[in-house]
Amino acid sequence: MKIHEYQAKEIFKRFGIPVPDGKVATTPEEAEKIANELGAPLVVKAQVHVGGRGKAGGVKLVKTPEEAKEAASKILGLDIKGLTVKKVLITKAIDIKDEAYIGYIVDRRSKKPLVMVSAAGGIDIEEVARETPEKIHKFVIDPFYGLLPHQAMELALKLYNDIKLVRKAADVILKLYKAFISVDASLSEINPFVVTPDGEIWAVDAKINIDDNALVRHPDIEEMRDVTEAEKKELDAKSKGLSYIKLDGNIGCVVNGAGLAMATMDLIKKYGGEPANFLDIGGSSSPEKVVNALNILISDKNVKSIFFNIFGGITRCDDVANGIVEALSKLTINLPIVIKLAGTNEDEAKKILSQTELITAASMADGAKKSIEIAGK
Amino acid sequence: MSILIDKSTKLAVQGITGRDGSFHTKKMLEYGTHVVAGVTPGKGGEQVEGVPVFNTVKEAVEQTGANTSILFVPAKFAIDAIYEAGDAGIRLIVAVSEGIPALDMVKAVAFLDEKGSNLIGPNSPGIISPGKSKVGILPGQIFKQGSIGVISRSGTLTYEIVNHLTNAELGESTCLGIGGDPIIGLKFIDCLELFSKDEQTKGVVLIGEIGGSDEEEAAIYIKENFKKPVVSFIAGLTAPPGKRMGHAGAIVSGGTGTAAEKIKAFESVGVAVAKEPEEVVKLLKEKL
Repeated sequence: MKIHEYQAKEIFKRFGIPVPDGKVATTPEEAEKIANELGAPLVVKAQVHVGGRGKAGGVKLVKTPEEAKEAASKILGLDIKGLTVKKVLITKAIDIKDEAYIGYIVDRRSKKPLVMVSAAGGIDIEEVARETPEKIHKFVIDPFYGLLPHQAMELALKLYNDIKLVRKAADVILKLYKAFISVDASLSEINPFVVTPDGEIWAVDAKINIDDNALVRHPDIEEMRDVTEAEKKELDAKSKGLSYIKLDGNIGCVVNGAGLAMATMDLIKKYGGEPANFLDIGGSSSPEKVVNALNILISDKNVKSIFFNIFGGITRCDDVANGIVEALSKLTINLPIVIKLAGTNEDEAKKILSQTELITAASMADGAKKSIEIAGK
Repeated sequence: MSILIDKSTKLAVQGITGRDGSFHTKKMLEYGTHVVAGVTPGKGGEQVEGVPVFNTVKEAVEQTGANTSILFVPAKFAIDAIYEAGDAGIRLIVAVSEGIPALDMVKAVAFLDEKGSNLIGPNSPGIISPGKSKVGILPGQIFKQGSIGVISRSGTLTYEIVNHLTNAELGESTCLGIGGDPIIGLKFIDCLELFSKDEQTKGVVLIGEIGGSDEEEAAIYIKENFKKPVVSFIAGLTAPPGKRMGHAGAIVSGGTGTAAEKIKAFESVGVAVAKEPEEVVKLLKEKL
């Protein structure tokens, strides 16, 4: 789960990481009021769950409360990579002498927490990682002992020459590790980690992604969830045991299993169609799940045909077919439905489906082609 | 031969008295797996499908000589069940459980490394050596003993491809799902190493998906060390970035972990990548 910068900064504060004062506004007037409280100069920053906000015009430096109001009115409602800005963070502007990067991830390769630091922090860190990877220093952490103080020191020595700064940075590196572990983050980073001309240090930006599997033990962080309209539907599906992601196409997909669901989308695209969604109804497919899945698909007005791709493993195909027939009898669906069933008791399933108006497909490719053809009519 | 499991596999089922545990114990027994023990704390002395239940894995190992275990334990209790199996000296642990936090897995994996135990999963459908043994929830009847090793990050997509392999009379030596989570035990490379030494295996099918860099690592390994033909299929070409596609590990982030990158990595080392699941068989036949 992604959280906003201001929320990540709240967590940072809890762990003693220095963050500039700031508050969140949802209207230009509120932004002006906060600006008056905090005192200029300030930065007005869009709070959306994507990177590259600055380059998209979502971050503005302001010198007066009036300017803060004006900036907020421009940024609120702005579309950044498909997301509408609904909140802005008004925060004290910091004089920047030096920008570094500090980040933690759960590293899939080493299967351990990994810390990365770089003296070349700032908005182009991804380019640094691509073009000059030697400028990013990595260290794999023993999960049982955690990051040790001398290890943090060694990393900080890669960032600065001044020992006073090194000590301050090492302290932040250790604190960020504690925060990372404590909230079950999959990623936490400070970029830029700023040194001012006076030698102060600040986490000017903050990013934390939380491991979805660990949210059950962090109800306080679950409360930070900020969902867009599209995500609401996804969460609603999740509560019904379905994994759903809306896309822009017109062919609705119902599949059991995530890998097969992705492969189905890919195949539709390969044959010239556009999938309307990713939808995994799980390993077993009870009539209830099929009903819920169909309800989601028919609420998407773009959908012109529906493609069921079910592999009957432990669940028998004839059971699945009966489930689909039962589900369809409970719903009024005017959309054409193509079904591909394979696996256990495939032939019995085909017999059941041949009594219905459903269009059966012999293979995945056949099903994809048929649903594309029908959707195009 | 085959890898990791065969006729000598003696299985303990952790969480055998639960709904999934008892159901799949029955299915595994029907397949011919030697299920020698079940474990559910507090249910010691009972029987499930004729299999004796013990309170601890340690007891199960002492009484029955179990060398492999499978977990049908809810996420909340799964992590300790993994430690318990490792502590009891189980050599191969298969974790079907889904939803275990990644930072918990980080520690469990490090622990098992020290114990010298192999872990498959979590979030895995399990492993099958057709005609010999099945440890997992895979549908036994679609498999056929043969010469192809199959390694996959998913479940039903694997079955779809296996079904084609079986229908084409190729059959499988061993097929395993390594799990859909970001932090897992055995990875593609580990399985490739085992398949390279397995005489029954003449070729390998590697089924990958978006997220992480396991496929890229496998590509480098294949180039340097793996002599048998490999065919791959990668799911998720059309997956939007930043979205978790069902599996916790299936997410494209910061432009890395894309299907296109993985396909490129494989093709650059001579691994044929199928454009759709069905094509795997054709490509494999060309290479064999």
